[in-house]
Amino acid sequence: MRYSGLRVIKEALTGHKGWKPIWRNPEPQSSYDYIIIGGGGHGLATAYYLSNTFKKARIAVLEKGWLGSGNIGRNTTIIRSNYLLPGNEPFYEFSMKLWENLEQEFNFNAMVSQRGILNLLHTDAQRDAYRRRGNAMILAGADAELLDQDGVRAMYPWLNFDNARFPIKGGLLQRRAGTARHDGVAWGYARGADLKGVDLIQNCEVTGFRIENGTMRGVETSRGYIAANKVGVAVAGSTGRVMAMAGMRMPIESHVLQAFVSEGLKPTIDGVITFGAGHFYVSQSDKGGLVFGGDIDGYNSYAQRGNMAVIEDVAQGGMALMPAIGRARLLRVWGGIMDMSMDGSPIIDRTPVSGLYLNAGWCYGGFKATPASGYAFAHLLATDTPHETARAYRLDRFERGLPIDEKGMGAQPNLH
Amino acid sequence: MLIPHPLLGLRDAEEFTYLGDARLLDRPDGMAEGAAAAFYEYVHLRDNPAGVHRELWFHEQGDRSWLVVTRNTVTHEILGAELARNVKGGAA
Ligand SMILES: Cc1cc2nc3c(=O)[nH]c(=O)nc-3n(C[C@H](O)[C@H](O)[C@H](O)COP(=O)(O)OP(=O)(O)OC[C@H]3O[C@@H](n4cnc5c(N)ncnc54)[C@H](O)[C@@H]3O)c2cc1C
Repeated sequence: MRYSGLRVIKEALTGHKGWKPIWRNPEPQSSYDYIIIGGGGHGLATAYYLSNTFKKARIAVLEKGWLGSGNIGRNTTIIRSNYLLPGNEPFYEFSMKLWENLEQEFNFNAMVSQRGILNLLHTDAQRDAYRRRGNAMILAGADAELLDQDGVRAMYPWLNFDNARFPIKGGLLQRRAGTARHDGVAWGYARGADLKGVDLIQNCEVTGFRIENGTMRGVETSRGYIAANKVGVAVAGSTGRVMAMAGMRMPIESHVLQAFVSEGLKPTIDGVITFGAGHFYVSQSDKGGLVFGGDIDGYNSYAQRGNMAVIEDVAQGGMALMPAIGRARLLRVWGGIMDMSMDGSPIIDRTPVSGLYLNAGWCYGGFKATPASGYAFAHLLATDTPHETARAYRLDRFERGLPIDEKGMGAQPNLH
Repeated sequence: MLIPHPLLGLRDAEEFTYLGDARLLDRPDGMAEGAAAAFYEYVHLRDNPAGVHRELWFHEQGDRSWLVVTRNTVTHEILGAELARNVKGGAA
């Protein structure tokens, strides 16, 4: 089924009775050429590009819950390519370019909205750091603008510019950044993969690997054994648990990140604002809710909920930046489990087990990476060579002393 | 979360800073054979279990002692806390 404006009008006139489920619900077959574990954004995007771009067949995605039940359905939907380091920026800019054409590519409304992201700055040192970052972005083909205080004031006159501790002196603006509808992204990729014959198998938890002489043979699941010579793991916060079944310890800790949405309000914030110094960021959804968040809770967690202290901390950050937020009521608070890596950057690589591939370490920023991550992982699975923008994302980089540490925090996952 | 400090009783987890897995107490010997590999694992690899986890918390805004807290990472239930120096046998 192709979506079009005409189709929407036709369905509206006929009581919307013609819409059908947009993917099949198949039984697992006994074997596949490719198994992707994890039906989140990255797993579904991988299956999409593997089938559509790399023309591979006999592919299954195994998801323990329902498609999109993990972080892809829990994030605050920010997409951007404003990284500094050479290992990261070209990859995220590649992702940005894929976002810009995503809806045409998979014929589904993902509500990609390039409303811009503004990172606020408060000191001369921060201005220098942002100037350097902006230059790194421009060198990698992305866009960046450094705003002075008046520039920020013109965009958001109601910000608290004279905060005693963190007066706003300007900001780094990336106009091509923005937001996208997180569920829509998962559904669009799922539909596109299903149309090419990928089996999307839900309620199918992988419970073990069958590995013989260091070679992948297949996976044990809650719905029986399924054979495959190539298995890609894309399970985000569950990476440690899943890779332990293959006998590997990971350079990753699982942490909980919370997010918040207020009641619907009149249009106030037309872009994304980050207040890093105050551990707070905010945007406004198309329904009017203020969508905001801050830091991870900071201790190992597999609970998809966090603690009160962080809620308070985020609320304080919000009040410091935009006192008006104090009048808004909170509608919902939720959490997701982050695969926090030792340098804050991801891994897209082969593993010591032949036929077992890993996509992990996305921390709190893997939504924006969804298209490029899927593309690069599909590239790796199909060709056994890394995609050119993902070469630095090796599993052995920690052992070789080549971390990609944007924040310069060292091997301390809760500080990235 | 409330942490049952062995000396001070129940304290809010907010008073503490979190470091990570209590296995960090067992620092490899830098002079030993294979020290580079041992340090790579020590610094970078984690068990990261879903369930009971022994972990290091520093009572930064309290008595500045290091605790080994036993906590369930799935439920956030805290099962106990000991002074790290007792766990380590006074060596730290
Ligand atoms: C509150 C919050 C806010 C965020 N905000 C942003 C943001 O603004 N911008 C941004 O770029 N990123 C953001 N992120 C991060 C982003 O959501 C994640 O990095 C990204 O979604 C992770 O990739 P994924 O979509 O594949 O993960 P998931 O959707 O979590 O997919 C992993 C899937 O694997 C499945 N799985 C696990 N174990 C097994 C098993 N044994 N067998 C089968 N299936 C299994 C899970 O059920 C899950 O569906 C945020 C995250 C959270 C929680």
